[in-house]
Amino acid sequence: MRLKRKDILTIEELERDELEMIFSSAASFKEVSERDIKKVPTLRGRTIINLFYEPSTRTRTAFEIAGKRMSADVINISASASSVKKGETLMDTAKNLEAMKPDCIVIRHSSAGASHILAGLLSCSVINAGDGAHEHPTQALLDIFTIKERFGRVEGLKVLIVGDILHSRVARSNIWGLKKLGAEVTVCGPPTMIPPHIERLGCSVTYNIDHAIEDADVIIMLRIQLERQRATLFPSLREYARCWGLSAERLKRAKKDVLIMHPGPVNRGVELSPEVIDGPWSVILEQVTNGVAVRMALFYLLLGGVKED
Amino acid sequence: MERVVLRGGRIIDPSQDMEGLYDIFIMGGRVASIKPAEEGSPVGEGWLEYDCKGLVVAPGFVDLHTHLREPGEEYKETIKTGTLAAAAGGFTTILCMANTTPPNDSEAVTRFIKKRAEEEGTVKVHPVGAITKGLEGKELTEMAELKEAGCVAVSDDGRPLMNTSLMRRALEYAGGLGLTVISHCEDIYLKEDGVMNEGFEATRLGLKGIPAQVESIMIARDIELCELTGSRLHIAHVSTRRGVELIRDAKRRGVNVTAEATPHHLLLTDRMVGYDTDFKMNPPLRTEEDVEALREALKDGTIDCVATDHAPHSSIEKDVEFDMAKDGVVGLETAFGVLMRLVHEGVLTLKELVRLLSTEPAKLMGLQAGSLSVGSPADVVVIDTEREWTVEPETFRSLSRNTPFKGWTLKGRVVRTFVDGRVVYEEE
Amino acid sequence: MPSQIMDEKAIDRALSRIAHEVVERNRGTQGLIILGIPTRGYYLAKRLKDKIDSIEGTDVPAGSVDATLYRDDIGLKKEAQPLKETDIPVPIDDRVVVLVDDVLFTGRTIRAAMNALMDFGRPTRIQLAVLVDRGHRELPIRADYVGKNIPTSVEEEVKVRLKEVDGKDEVVLIRGTEKER
Repeated sequence: MRLKRKDILTIEELERDELEMIFSSAASFKEVSERDIKKVPTLRGRTIINLFYEPSTRTRTAFEIAGKRMSADVINISASASSVKKGETLMDTAKNLEAMKPDCIVIRHSSAGASHILAGLLSCSVINAGDGAHEHPTQALLDIFTIKERFGRVEGLKVLIVGDILHSRVARSNIWGLKKLGAEVTVCGPPTMIPPHIERLGCSVTYNIDHAIEDADVIIMLRIQLERQRATLFPSLREYARCWGLSAERLKRAKKDVLIMHPGPVNRGVELSPEVIDGPWSVILEQVTNGVAVRMALFYLLLGGVKED
Repeated sequence: MERVVLRGGRIIDPSQDMEGLYDIFIMGGRVASIKPAEEGSPVGEGWLEYDCKGLVVAPGFVDLHTHLREPGEEYKETIKTGTLAAAAGGFTTILCMANTTPPNDSEAVTRFIKKRAEEEGTVKVHPVGAITKGLEGKELTEMAELKEAGCVAVSDDGRPLMNTSLMRRALEYAGGLGLTVISHCEDIYLKEDGVMNEGFEATRLGLKGIPAQVESIMIARDIELCELTGSRLHIAHVSTRRGVELIRDAKRRGVNVTAEATPHHLLLTDRMVGYDTDFKMNPPLRTEEDVEALREALKDGTIDCVATDHAPHSSIEKDVEFDMAKDGVVGLETAFGVLMRLVHEGVLTLKELVRLLSTEPAKLMGLQAGSLSVGSPADVVVIDTEREWTVEPETFRSLSRNTPFKGWTLKGRVVRTFVDGRVVYEEE
Repeated sequence: MPSQIMDEKAIDRALSRIAHEVVERNRGTQGLIILGIPTRGYYLAKRLKDKIDSIEGTDVPAGSVDATLYRDDIGLKKEAQPLKETDIPVPIDDRVVVLVDDVLFTGRTIRAAMNALMDFGRPTRIQLAVLVDRGHRELPIRADYVGKNIPTSVEEEVKVRLKEVDGKDEVVLIRGTEKER
């Protein structure tokens, strides 16, 4: 049982059987997280470095917990605490870290392609924890794992992704993954936030959420990156929430058992109204739990065999 | 007086519509006579003889768009290394852009470049002066003085002149002095912080796109201003189908506009970019459709010439994240070999290529170059059209290695370059 | 030719005997839990449970414990081994765990399984039941209940086939040269 690569950089490059392998391992690791003693000795003596150039609580913590539950040593380096501010290049930082012989580096970076640079440079495994607006493969894996758990399948499901598709690495990774597994994907958001030719990824595009939610089995709501809105892609949060936010009222048009997901952190009252976040449709916390299991599975699959030369 | 003869080569000189086997006799650095090649006939005492049998002999190439980086960024390129690279690529005359540090916005910098080129350079260097002081887009430079010091054109290349009124004044003022304005057409407000062509590839890679209209909007504006002022306008590095169409239409109406395209925009597309910073340049690589339009424009004369936009950068600027990398690729040493692809593909004849690389650019800037007619400076390139070679950046004479053509196997190579009758490059 | 060492009947008889031994040794089924090591150990554990239940008229808790994450050869094998189910239906604290596997060989899997069990609680005792003991121990481990002792050479392989997985019940001995890779 082996992934066909040393790094996890994109969902685009993963094959369907690799996705299935990750999901079946994640199911086993979920059980580990439910034990009293949530730790197995599997990756004893392995070192994992979390190299985060962007702030992140959820993703970094999930990777850290995943590594620790596998008994690996996990070291966190965040941009503010590292040599980044001293002007060291990503390449130099990467080479210096590798000289300390880690087995895996998890990188989050604001530049698309940053994880590719690292993977090409280093012999250890590299996991992309989000690179610019490119991909966020582990988020998509946990999203799809959650969907699969709830429905028992992905094939044939109608998944709606709503929000800032333009800047969303979560959307790109999810579209690739969901399409590979046979779901129908629609993206929805303000026209200014739909990237050109996105439909060539195999999804359809709509600007009207009320129509789109009617037959959706799953709705993934994306976070509005308030910090990125300097380009004024929409007039106001108020109008955004009115047109593309999900309220209980709007959800009346949706299927009764529709699944509402969000990669977090949620802007309460913008993407989702509080009653939706806390309502029966929401699996947001389930996603967080599954995020640990999926990352344990990746560590296991990447580091659980003989190291390649 | 030094006497040189190039014997038995196939002369291609579009300036005289000449193509055939000739001997070229050079005296005192100028073409003295051209005679039909006669095999075995003695040339007499004191002639330095070069056998060009099986080779093509053409007027030395002229590049209207080079960045030499000196003064200021000598770790990327110097006037010495840049002109060596030019010679190796068959270029005998180059125009160097003003965006050095300090920029070439004063007589002092122009004279410095000229002096350096005379002392250390191997080919002829003509500086391009800045349009605005400090390339800041605010105040016009002292263009009369720049011209007197040796500038042959003005450009803020690398930075567009966003102030339309100032662009109008620049065209008027430069026009009055007989200086051509070379325009870098880019609407920076529409571009925002885009880093590659806007389209599916940019969407897939999660990189911010630069729509084609960033270029065409400014080409349209500058054509309008060209019409308004009647001055000479040259559009640098056209990359889009829409840009081509606007220029074609303007020319049809008799507007005094000319344009250039680069080898990379004629050969490469945005599908090749990935995250390789050697494929990052400004304007960015576009689509197959745009490449097709540029090639068409070369053939029908909408695009007047090819220019390299040779833009050296070191690993400091290039071995970084894609969105943080500087724009630009080197081109002097690969241009001819790369463009021979268009000849092999049947897009251009060799004669047309020579015209686009020498006769035409020389004519656009009114330079004494691009011709082998009797009395012309003996700036000559000798080409082996059959020679196959592989692009190995580590062998470049340029100080920089940032080429997207690394590893390409090309057919056709410059084997010898003469400037004023003296050999400045010889293939080892 | 692989030679058959146990057929369906022999396997069933061995399990019946082990069931009686388990009940006898533990004086009934009080506090017992039967956990098999997947894949085949789990099915053997289920069969053992059924036999004990029918002898004693009880419902002994049974499940599985996967030892993969506790193995000592992680990072030595070429690739990560597939994970199997761990299903421990009741807390194992203060219980007697009967660990069930198909073949006892080096003892390393049993060591791993015992470590796994320790992470789930503190059983009063762990007993080991195996269908086949083929010798060649590398750790100080012995079985409490053995279906059949089969002397083997290291090159040979003992294969247990069960209806639930393989379509039929048998134990075969495969010689070194015939081993499937």
